[in-house]
Amino acid sequence: MTKPLLEIQGLTASLATDTGTIYPVSDVSLHIDAGETLAVVGESGSGKSMLAFSIMRLLPRSARFEGGRIVWKDRDLLQTDAESLRRIRGNEIALVFQEAGSALNPVRTVGSQLMEPLRTHLGLSKKDARDRAVELLREVQIPDPETRVSNYPHEMSGGMKQRVLIAMAIACDPELVIADEPTTALDATLQAHILELLGRLKENRNLSLILITHDLSLVKDNADRVAVMYAGRLVEVGPSERILSSPGHPYTAGLWESLPKPRGSEPGKSKLHAMTGTVPHLSHLPPGCAFGDRCPERFDPCDQDVPTLQNVNGDPAHRTACYMNAAALDATTTSV
Amino acid sequence: MKSEALRRFRRNKVAVASALVIIAFIVAAAFAPLLAPYGPLEQDLANNYAGPSLEHPLGTDDLGRDTLSRLFYGSRVSLGIAFTSVVIGVFVGAVLGLIAAYFGGIVDSVIMRVMDVMLALPGILLGIAIVVVLGNGVINTVIAVAIFSVPTFARLVRGSALAVLQLDYVMASRSIGASGLRIVLGHVVPNSLTPLIVQSTLQLGVAILIASGLSFLGLGVQPPNPEWGAMLSKGRELVRSTPVAAFAPGMAITILVLSFSLVGDGLRDALDPKLKHR
Repeated sequence: MTKPLLEIQGLTASLATDTGTIYPVSDVSLHIDAGETLAVVGESGSGKSMLAFSIMRLLPRSARFEGGRIVWKDRDLLQTDAESLRRIRGNEIALVFQEAGSALNPVRTVGSQLMEPLRTHLGLSKKDARDRAVELLREVQIPDPETRVSNYPHEMSGGMKQRVLIAMAIACDPELVIADEPTTALDATLQAHILELLGRLKENRNLSLILITHDLSLVKDNADRVAVMYAGRLVEVGPSERILSSPGHPYTAGLWESLPKPRGSEPGKSKLHAMTGTVPHLSHLPPGCAFGDRCPERFDPCDQDVPTLQNVNGDPAHRTACYMNAAALDATTTSV
Repeated sequence: MKSEALRRFRRNKVAVASALVIIAFIVAAAFAPLLAPYGPLEQDLANNYAGPSLEHPLGTDDLGRDTLSRLFYGSRVSLGIAFTSVVIGVFVGAVLGLIAAYFGGIVDSVIMRVMDVMLALPGILLGIAIVVVLGNGVINTVIAVAIFSVPTFARLVRGSALAVLQLDYVMASRSIGASGLRIVLGHVVPNSLTPLIVQSTLQLGVAILIASGLSFLGLGVQPPNPEWGAMLSKGRELVRSTPVAAFAPGMAITILVLSFSLVGDGLRDALDPKLKHR
């Protein structure tokens, strides 16, 4: 087995809030291989964005890492000094932000912002950086890049700004791009274009992609593997088609069922299924499974302990944290 | 965007008039040797205690020095002190505010508590304390007024820096590996400029007031240098014989300080229209 590109082991991050310490990322273990697309899926507040920021070590000041490792190329990012971290950010791992509107400085041209990573990491001269910036804009399919490069963000549409952010992320040829809900702020047609663009860039540049989204429907066409997060924990991880065809966790199943499907694709079902309840507040988590209150399959063990990730049917590629999975039940009973 | 602000400023008649007054004072200061009918120290003892006349439009003082000429030369001192001290104050205050906002925690607490202590003292009292320690003279007056201005700017810059630092594009900039200095100079400083410009203008008026106040008390610029505060102090003694000797520098101070205030207000309204229509 080849070494994964990025390996997260038992990552826990805490956040000090007015109502006490919460754990938006709790004991998360994940890996991503070179050239693959991993989708991280979950509702708002499930900790998926915090996970993305953790990888970049960009957590807010009130947050702390409580444990775990983030191994990138034989080095633990949690132990890396600020200067080396700065050289990794944007150069080896890059982040595409959710809100294109606010992720660009309104008082500077997109060109000058696009030139920033080029000048920081590649040490290009102003002129070379500008030429590269134009090339990058062309690569993300912005028409008339020579003029657009001197535009201010407010002179661009939302879709174009998102493309600029993608151009910024790929500027220094990173090996891993983390896209934090890159299409949430855009309408449906643009969404498809942006995802297609990300997919093509990934092929052309041979990068790995972590696609963070709350929309499970994007997963099918865009991701090789899926990690489902709930209340800061990983509840299921596995290959996309496996997760969509036979979800191992009731939460994954619920997310999938609550998506609108084309009429007639599922005979006898005309109403959209909606999951009951909302994500519990992280400061009031139940002792057992965090999904317990909303789970249609809840039974005794669910209220006792937090289930751990276990292989589904002995397959190490597909794991869930649910007592419905016999292996998880075995794991608790043996440990007691 | 800049022209938009200029257009809004132009519509504000009071602010425009005040700006013209300030420009007139600056011209008077710059060309004092050409405009003033006499030298600032030129005595005409035969004509002392004179009231306004054609030779001496604003009269003379006890030594027969021409008040109008001394006002012209005095505007050099007053404006010079005001501009120099505010520039120093902006620079030092901005650097302290940026450091406090960027590093946060204990650094922030220490810097800002010192600023709070300075702000707790009335301006003229702080100025007196500084001049007493440093001794009087033009340079020390500049230093005193600059130190007095520092906390205002430190607070202002820290505030807007804190707001900018938590914006998405700062995070985005960090995510592409920008250094702290690059973030501060590229994102934080440009976004703090508007309030800085407004506050600097207002502070220029305050600086003139403090500098004149110190000189009035005999702690700032020393005679025989023509300084408005010192002239006013001298004129106080002559108020029964030649009231214009006190009246003229007093009006000069009042008009200039008021103009800076009105221009500052006008700039604020022009640069931040949201504030006005609230």
